[in-house]
Amino acid sequence: MLADIWTVFWRDWVVLRHRMTAFILSRMVAPILYLTAFGWGLGRSIDTGTGASYLDFLVPGILALNSMNISFNSVVPVHAERVYHHSIDEYIIAPVWPYAYVIGKVLAAVLRGLISSAIIVALAYLFGANFSITPLFVLVLILNCAVFAEMGFCASMHVGTYEQMGQVNTYILLPMSFLCGTFFSTRALPDLLRYFIDLLPLTHTSYLLRGLGVENDVSMLSVAVLAVYLAVCFVISARSFIALRK
Amino acid sequence: MIEIKNLRKVYEHIGKDKGKTEKIAVDGLTLSIGTGEVFGLLGPNGAGKTTTIRMLTMLTMPTSGEILYDGHRVGEEEEDARAIKQLIGVVPQNLNFDQDLTVGENLELHARLYHMGREERERRIEELLEYVELSDVINDTVKRLSGGMKRRLLIARALIHHPKILFLDEPTVALDPQVRRRIWELIKKMAAEGATILITTHYIEEAEAICDRVAIMNRGKLLAIDTPKNFISRLGGFVVEWNEGVHREFRLFATREDASSFLGSLDEAASIRRSNLEDVFIELTGRKEGL
Repeated sequence: MLADIWTVFWRDWVVLRHRMTAFILSRMVAPILYLTAFGWGLGRSIDTGTGASYLDFLVPGILALNSMNISFNSVVPVHAERVYHHSIDEYIIAPVWPYAYVIGKVLAAVLRGLISSAIIVALAYLFGANFSITPLFVLVLILNCAVFAEMGFCASMHVGTYEQMGQVNTYILLPMSFLCGTFFSTRALPDLLRYFIDLLPLTHTSYLLRGLGVENDVSMLSVAVLAVYLAVCFVISARSFIALRK
Repeated sequence: MIEIKNLRKVYEHIGKDKGKTEKIAVDGLTLSIGTGEVFGLLGPNGAGKTTTIRMLTMLTMPTSGEILYDGHRVGEEEEDARAIKQLIGVVPQNLNFDQDLTVGENLELHARLYHMGREERERRIEELLEYVELSDVINDTVKRLSGGMKRRLLIARALIHHPKILFLDEPTVALDPQVRRRIWELIKKMAAEGATILITTHYIEEAEAICDRVAIMNRGKLLAIDTPKNFISRLGGFVVEWNEGVHREFRLFATREDASSFLGSLDEAASIRRSNLEDVFIELTGRKEGL
């Protein structure tokens, strides 16, 4: 099983290695824009009410949403492998444990998410942000990447066309990017909407990263919510992959 | 080596009235293929050949029926499935390479999926690229290869883990005659080296040239199994052909004398020739569909 996981991971690593420079450069664009526009631009006139600058408040949110986007979209090519190229058939025909395929893909997406997060951390320090990176902070990032990689995997297994994959981004990832405590506290939202937002995984990643990086506070409830998402999405992903044979 | 018993595959299908109906892709297929045999599945488009291969290679599960490989049953048991998968190699109809990898990396991925060690896979990749004459393009992405090169690469990929059974689904489709013959030579060479081969094709001359036995399928059903030679002699070794309006008609005869006597009775211009598997195929699958 470990050898199978490594093989699936190896394939994605080779592809990433081919495109490493382009990957790193492209990952810098969005964070620079966010940090400039919201951190330096708008942020200077925003009072967070906690004494910390808006830039410090913003960086954990950007890390949460960026790691979500990168890990989700890292797994999306599985959709083309299944629907268009049929290269996923090679893994089904080979003596590979089905769970290994899912784990290998998720780990590769976590790697991409972490590389991208490291770029943001470096840029954020350059922009003058103050926050601390602890092992638990990195663990929460890994958890967030894994949850959204699994969600990307589920979408890739069930969605029919490229266009529909785009709709998943529009209807699920985009609203989460803005509403889940990334750019502003969810306390500002009406109660009913806030209760709903509190059910979403990105909200808890934002809470956790901000708590760990700026306020030295950790909510075990948020860790538990992410762990539940991780387990449920893994089961759905594995079952979806096995169901390809039916 | 391979035993197929009463195999059936039913797909859900959206009918003309947009309601869900069932489409029977394979219907009660029973046959066995011996070790070292080159077995052809012949049939028009939609006959159920590819679905049969997909079931045999576990890409899709049968609706009912049984498949046995050397006593291992294809089913839900993961251990059996892994044992069978180690035995088989597949050359699919579509060029399902990993588009993001080079020729060498595609082969390496396949070798890793079959748990081959580093030295063995490096040696095997080199050996197979030489075998299919693609050593020069090892570092090219697969997108840059021609159709014939891609087909040869598919064969190399399927052979990498030394499979005892090889499935080839329309391996020469859309290729020019030179490349097709080169692939036939490769298949014959693999058979001579002891591989059991199941090939699907709708090129009759392909089946006639390389298969020990042929099964003719139509609309999911098995119509007949025999050697190409027996098929031809059973239905008649000679053909009389003539034009009837815009249609080309033909009739099979056991002897040249019978064919000549029939020819004499025709008013239209006609000719006599030796029959081939194509005549048998059209006779069995129905002239309208076959033509």
